[in-house]
Amino acid sequence: MSQFLMPSLGADMEAGTLVEQLIAPGEAVKRGDVIAAVETQKGVIEIEVFEDGILDGWLVEIGTEVPVGAPLASIRGEGDTASEVPAEPKPIPPDTQKPVIAAPPVVHVPSQTASHKRITPAARRLAREKGINLAELKVAPGQTISRADVEKMEGAAKLAPLSDMRAAIGAVMSRSKREIPHYYLSHTADLTAADDFVKQTNAGREPPDRLLISVLYVKAIARALKKYPEFNGHFIDGEFHQSDTVHLGLATHIRGGGLVAPALFDAQDQNVGSLMHAMRDLVARVRAGRFRARELSDATVTLTSLGERGVDQLYGVIYPPQVAIVGIGTPRMQPMVQDGQVIARLVAVLTLAADHRVSDGHRGALFLKAIDKHLQGPESL
Amino acid sequence: MTPKEIEAAVIAELHQIAPDIGMEDVDRSADLREEFDIDSMDFLNLVTALGKAFGTEMPEADYPQMRSFEGMVSYLQEQAG
Repeated sequence: MSQFLMPSLGADMEAGTLVEQLIAPGEAVKRGDVIAAVETQKGVIEIEVFEDGILDGWLVEIGTEVPVGAPLASIRGEGDTASEVPAEPKPIPPDTQKPVIAAPPVVHVPSQTASHKRITPAARRLAREKGINLAELKVAPGQTISRADVEKMEGAAKLAPLSDMRAAIGAVMSRSKREIPHYYLSHTADLTAADDFVKQTNAGREPPDRLLISVLYVKAIARALKKYPEFNGHFIDGEFHQSDTVHLGLATHIRGGGLVAPALFDAQDQNVGSLMHAMRDLVARVRAGRFRARELSDATVTLTSLGERGVDQLYGVIYPPQVAIVGIGTPRMQPMVQDGQVIARLVAVLTLAADHRVSDGHRGALFLKAIDKHLQGPESL
Repeated sequence: MTPKEIEAAVIAELHQIAPDIGMEDVDRSADLREEFDIDSMDFLNLVTALGKAFGTEMPEADYPQMRSFEGMVSYLQEQAG
């Protein structure tokens, strides 16, 4: 018999509220199955199980706030017998016991295929405030229950402030600015080759298989990190732990306010096509307010891109315990000098904010230039 | 499909992507991305969904014709008609 513990939810969250038990006692579970959902300031996070077995019983009721590291359920292995009386839930303070989590499998079942109801965090919050039973809401299979659906039920009109998420962002960014001696660099890169490559690739493709230029940013950063690994990893207890794989956090804006940077796993090993699919899946789940605990805690570096409607450049704030964040400004047509001629090119400003405890500006500059270099040869990414 | 039906289909897909923006708040002839505050990923998802619903390829070279709500509706009308 083993206990299934509440996993880490990222640097800025210490607890979450159990909102869904997706497996009933007596049901079999496989390593990697999503067995529960927990609501946090950043949305609903799906919790995966890390072993095979049979769910013996839930130790925590729906609606209970549970600290990181506290037991959520007990799981019976193959040889174990069923327990007569489930153990009393004893939440353990997060500072006395850290959850030990074996590396879960990388393959994720897309959440869209799950049969249970999808409910956005805002809808859930509103329903709770108004005392609405969401089980009574009729929705088509696969349909997400939004705040608007709940409002329709209740006739509620005013939006509640997103103060929880703002507080979480404030806490982690304060910690970053307090603890991390940031230094900043910027570099103007010509994106004409990358943009042409995306246009040519997409010309013969149906919409589901099209690329966005941001996938080339991801791949170029992953490539550059191979040569400059001191920007990829975690700084914990006065020591830098370099990561040998790139879990690239993608800073993603949430509609209605807020920001989250869940990880694209093993970006260095994936080709551009599979990275693009992973990125679409991840952003879709962020938009639905639903992602995996590991996606929030395991990113080793972050990319923040302003997209096509932003401004020239941004200077990121490092997400602890990471040590670097790469920013990409909005690409625009600018005059560039090439072979003594002024020509119009599509350019964007790349920026780096990095941790001086681990690296310095000289290496940072080489890292940024390496990203630029990879963007000049998109076909080999 | 009548123009009304096409319009309803586009509104439904936009509501999936930008549920917080109502049609009464937007300028139908202005840039969709500004009016609905959507990024390039959202726009690609919109094109993917509409391409599937209308059985049309929605080539990237035609994106300029789909930039406003009105433009999108008349583009789909041409394709489906």
